[in-house]
Amino acid sequence: MGKFVLSALVENKFGVLARVAGLFSARGFNIDSLAVGETEDVTVSRMTIVVDADERTLEQVKKQLNKLIDVIRVQDLTGGRYVDRELIMIKVKAENTNIREKIVQIVDSTGAEIIDVAKKSVIVEETGDEHKIKALVELLRPYGIIEIARTGKIALQSETNGK
Amino acid sequence: MSKISGAEILVKSLCEEGVEVIFGYPGGVLLSLADKLYAEKSIRFILTRHEQGAVHAADGYARATGKVGVCLATSGPGATNLVTGIATANMDSVPMVAITGQVRSSLIGNDAFQEADIIGITRSITKHNYLVKDVKDLPRIVKEAFFIASTGRPGPVLIDLPVDVTLQQDEFKYPRTVDIRGYKPTYGGHIGQIKKIARAIEQKKKPLLYVGGGAIISGAAAEIVELSHKADIPVTMTFMGLGAFPADDPLSLGMLGMHGTAYANMAVQEADLIIAIGARFDDRVTGRIDTFAPNATIAHIDIDPTSVSKNVRVDIPVIGDAKTIIKELAAEVNKKDHIEWHRTIAKWKKEYPLKYKDDDQVHPQYVIETICDAVKDKDAVICSEVGQHQMWTAQFFKFAKPRTWISSGGLGTMGFGFPAAMGAKVGRPEAIVIDIAGDGSIQMNIQELATVVMERIPVKIFILNNGYLGMVRQWQELFYSRRYAFTPLSKEGATQCPDFVKLAESYGAKGIRVTDKSKVREAIDTALKEEGTVVVDFVISREENVFPMVPAGESIDKMIHGLA
Repeated sequence: MGKFVLSALVENKFGVLARVAGLFSARGFNIDSLAVGETEDVTVSRMTIVVDADERTLEQVKKQLNKLIDVIRVQDLTGGRYVDRELIMIKVKAENTNIREKIVQIVDSTGAEIIDVAKKSVIVEETGDEHKIKALVELLRPYGIIEIARTGKIALQSETNGK
Repeated sequence: MSKISGAEILVKSLCEEGVEVIFGYPGGVLLSLADKLYAEKSIRFILTRHEQGAVHAADGYARATGKVGVCLATSGPGATNLVTGIATANMDSVPMVAITGQVRSSLIGNDAFQEADIIGITRSITKHNYLVKDVKDLPRIVKEAFFIASTGRPGPVLIDLPVDVTLQQDEFKYPRTVDIRGYKPTYGGHIGQIKKIARAIEQKKKPLLYVGGGAIISGAAAEIVELSHKADIPVTMTFMGLGAFPADDPLSLGMLGMHGTAYANMAVQEADLIIAIGARFDDRVTGRIDTFAPNATIAHIDIDPTSVSKNVRVDIPVIGDAKTIIKELAAEVNKKDHIEWHRTIAKWKKEYPLKYKDDDQVHPQYVIETICDAVKDKDAVICSEVGQHQMWTAQFFKFAKPRTWISSGGLGTMGFGFPAAMGAKVGRPEAIVIDIAGDGSIQMNIQELATVVMERIPVKIFILNNGYLGMVRQWQELFYSRRYAFTPLSKEGATQCPDFVKLAESYGAKGIRVTDKSKVREAIDTALKEEGTVVVDFVISREENVFPMVPAGESIDKMIHGLA
């Protein structure tokens, strides 16, 4: 088993997400995350899908995705060079100035950002790869995380293939 | 250009696609469409008595002719009644366009009267589906639907048509071409891979062709005969592949799998090269997967990449159209013989033939053989329902040609055969069309007797009546200590319920009952001679089993052979 990052270009039409999600549930494939958004071409969306599978299941996932009429192309990024990012927002307890300062220190040292300040909490935003995001969550956890929202991974193939 | 309504645009689009018949059932949201169809003389509309009858009829029509079958149902319950038939067509790769009415666009999602989310419901059982939101899209959608349904690995496509779209006005312009960027089926096989198979055939000692329904869809029967004869390779067929290779050819091993011949299954286990053609290594074929064909290099020719290496690891895959690829393969391979291999197989054939008790009782296998004999050298299409009668037909009917065997293989849909026979007869009016049925299955769509009588679509229904849901009873006998839970349909010696003869007569068809072995042939001949629809009720031995049999999940050489 392993995690694989697939990037699928799909028709930007209603119902396509349901087709892809339905395919995964009907065939018992595991999705770790799925992020979808429009591309440079408004008629096309990109779905970045992180799949938890063995090699053979992964082959089936790719083929089954390709079989959907609304799927234009499926790329398996895992084998080659690619960059990926995820966005997270973390609402942390910050009930006094002392704590607030400590959170600010963490935020400054990690390159994150505070995007909302309330009386008893702040919302921290971070963009990065999985490790960076995980590290930030662990640093903030002791202060009391109230809630988290994250986007799931988006990824693009890198053109710098070292040649 | 003058404007016409969406309903008329749909009718004209169907005419452009060459549709000659629609099986269907009207309803509230289809009034305008029905009215336009009523006026269109080039399309025959056949009103079935249940939407399930319509969808199976469209399926049978498609399987018998190779053309796209079309069915129509109204919104809500009309549409949901198509579901089983769409799933049946999807499993067996049948080209079909199902059109459903839908409530007004503005009401979709409001739980309106007779609303069902048929797009959501059929997403996983169609090749593709469309909700028409604007009349401007309608011609393109119809064009794409027929294209998708009939190309690549065929399958059902559903078009959901809100009632307001049927009323919207637009100019009619039918597209000449289709371009779907996400759908480009591969037809030509990779020549390097084809050569690899040819070399494997020349090197290996025990090759075997394993031929499935894809070979029939592709029209590859002649090419398979050529390949098999040139390279001297025995041929086994899946349930869906029957007819792709003549049963009476010395190289035929008949069907493989759960109820396949012993010699076919033994050949699979012994083979050192298996060439799968348009087959998908279904669990009913492979049995226990990790012991399947342990000695074989596996080559797989299929148009659907998802079928390759899904269940069984494939050594030489070739993606593309079977007919094209087999033709190239037959040209590429050098002449070869496999005398030793045939000697081994001949020994198995002699040792483990298909057999049944030959006594005074009406044995179902005898009935099938007699039907087979009665239509020999005639143009006949055999349909079936699902269960024991279906397996006896697959075993004992000697199919010689493709598209003469129509049965629900993948989904195993009871109630399929009779409406499918109706569709087949509409598509092939010159052929004798027979539905071989069980007393359980036939009752699932018996209402279509009204349709075949009213529409003058004469089909012959041969019921093998054992008073049980026989296949389930067989499993209960073998694996559940003969506890016949919910499988008896009638009591031995009691009054028939229903009386199929009277039932047939009440619909205006002819009914014949046979209880005596000596009357079997006579009844079949009478039925075939009769102009209209005939139901023959063969009262057969009640607890007959289908043998050989591979218990579910067992290795396919672990067969129960049954009686001595």
